[in-house]
Amino acid sequence: MTVPNSPVIGPSAVPHLDVDPFAMSFFADPYPTHEKLREAGPVVYLDKWNVYGVARYAEVHAVLNDPATFCSSRGVGLSDFKKETPWRPPSLILEADPPAHTRTRAVLSKVLSPTVMKQVRDRFAAAAEARVDALLDKRSFDAITDLAEAYPLSIFPDALGLKAEGREHLIPYASVVFNAFGPPNQLRQEAIERSAPHQAYVAEQCQRENLAPGGFGACIHARVDDGEITATEAPLLVRSLLSAGLDTTVNGIGAAVYCLARFPDQWQRLREDLSLARGAFEEAVRFESPVQTFFRTTTREVELSGAKIGEGEKVLMFLAAANRDPRRWDKPDSYDITRRTSGHVGFGSGIHMCVGQLVARLEGEVMLMALARRIAKIEITGEPKRRFNNTLRGLDSLPVTITPA
Amino acid sequence: MPAITFIHADGKIERVETGEGESAMQAATRHGLDGILAECGGNAMCATCHVYVDESWLARLPAIADVEDALLDGTATERLPNSRLSCQIAITPALDGLVLRLPERQV
Repeated sequence: MTVPNSPVIGPSAVPHLDVDPFAMSFFADPYPTHEKLREAGPVVYLDKWNVYGVARYAEVHAVLNDPATFCSSRGVGLSDFKKETPWRPPSLILEADPPAHTRTRAVLSKVLSPTVMKQVRDRFAAAAEARVDALLDKRSFDAITDLAEAYPLSIFPDALGLKAEGREHLIPYASVVFNAFGPPNQLRQEAIERSAPHQAYVAEQCQRENLAPGGFGACIHARVDDGEITATEAPLLVRSLLSAGLDTTVNGIGAAVYCLARFPDQWQRLREDLSLARGAFEEAVRFESPVQTFFRTTTREVELSGAKIGEGEKVLMFLAAANRDPRRWDKPDSYDITRRTSGHVGFGSGIHMCVGQLVARLEGEVMLMALARRIAKIEITGEPKRRFNNTLRGLDSLPVTITPA
Repeated sequence: MPAITFIHADGKIERVETGEGESAMQAATRHGLDGILAECGGNAMCATCHVYVDESWLARLPAIADVEDALLDGTATERLPNSRLSCQIAITPALDGLVLRLPERQV
């Protein structure tokens, strides 16, 4: 595969960069490095971890959309499942290739379909209103703990059908999962070392008898009765929702609130036209890219935009850098809630594009709508603190004060 | 290049030139046409590029795949017999002049 007009160059001509995209200093301010990665070339090589990297939109999109060449079954983190034992049993959807992936993906797509979203919409919207009630009582609060975390926690575990006990394991478990995609740095090592109780909780909750009837979890298990999946596959598919369905939306909603608090003109625009709420959330996903990176592994020697990449090589896709590539986006560093965001890769693209994207958008839309309807002003009243994770970008705390409308 | 016509819910008509290998959705978004949201970017995962195909063109379109069929059940406005997702309509020279009506909303 090639992006047109690139001369063919050998592996030695791929620019080597001495940057560590998993270092704390990088997480603190990734943007200068993203630019460096994009401008160095369409394909780069990162000596620190011996991986190829793509940071421009065209190449990120191309890699995402060629799953036969850039596979997921060898892991979507740095670890190559062909050479290393995965830290947990691989995901049947995220870490799978067609045709196996096609079957499991179809099940989760149905469980989280547009039709299902219509059914849960009123419930999600009512919970968002209730959350705003609580925030209006407080006036000053932490927009991460009390809003970005509290809201998804008030709906998603119930929507899944989880028991009330033990839910405090959910965010720590997701944090382990997303740290584990990174290299064997301190973040990953410590996360895995402390993961046993969270893993035990999650494994238990994925069992059929622990999932309330009518929830997303029970709906997955019901597919066993139709013969679409086996009884041993169902718990692992429930696990996918537990891994990827909560922390991601926490960071997505956190990103949107952080954007709207930083850019009061955009907040004003939203207040004047509540129909922009969904776009405001989507633009925050582009602008902040809560999921920053994913890896693929080459299944054969391949030429990508003139660069030859051998078989079995890890390729790191900088989704966040692609989402701000000036080759693709006009004023990429501006948060503009009226932007036409279609095509951004914040949820990925291609066959592995986020299966829960409709849940995320629904949560984001109803939450922003409830906030904008009833709050005149959001002011940041203290230094925002960043939360460090090998894959996820988001805040640990965002002190704000709100003024009622 | 083939051109296609979009008729907005308010009756406004927009003619759009398509590019090589584009879908109707891609041509619409490239021209900044309102009324097509395409939140998933053309991956057949979101049902926000819903269109009503002009009856005279319906038989000339590619068949509806299972994935599209399931998504059409979840469109924001009512699914009709001529409902399609515009990301699944690849424009070929034979579709020059295609007429697509836009629903009132996509979410």
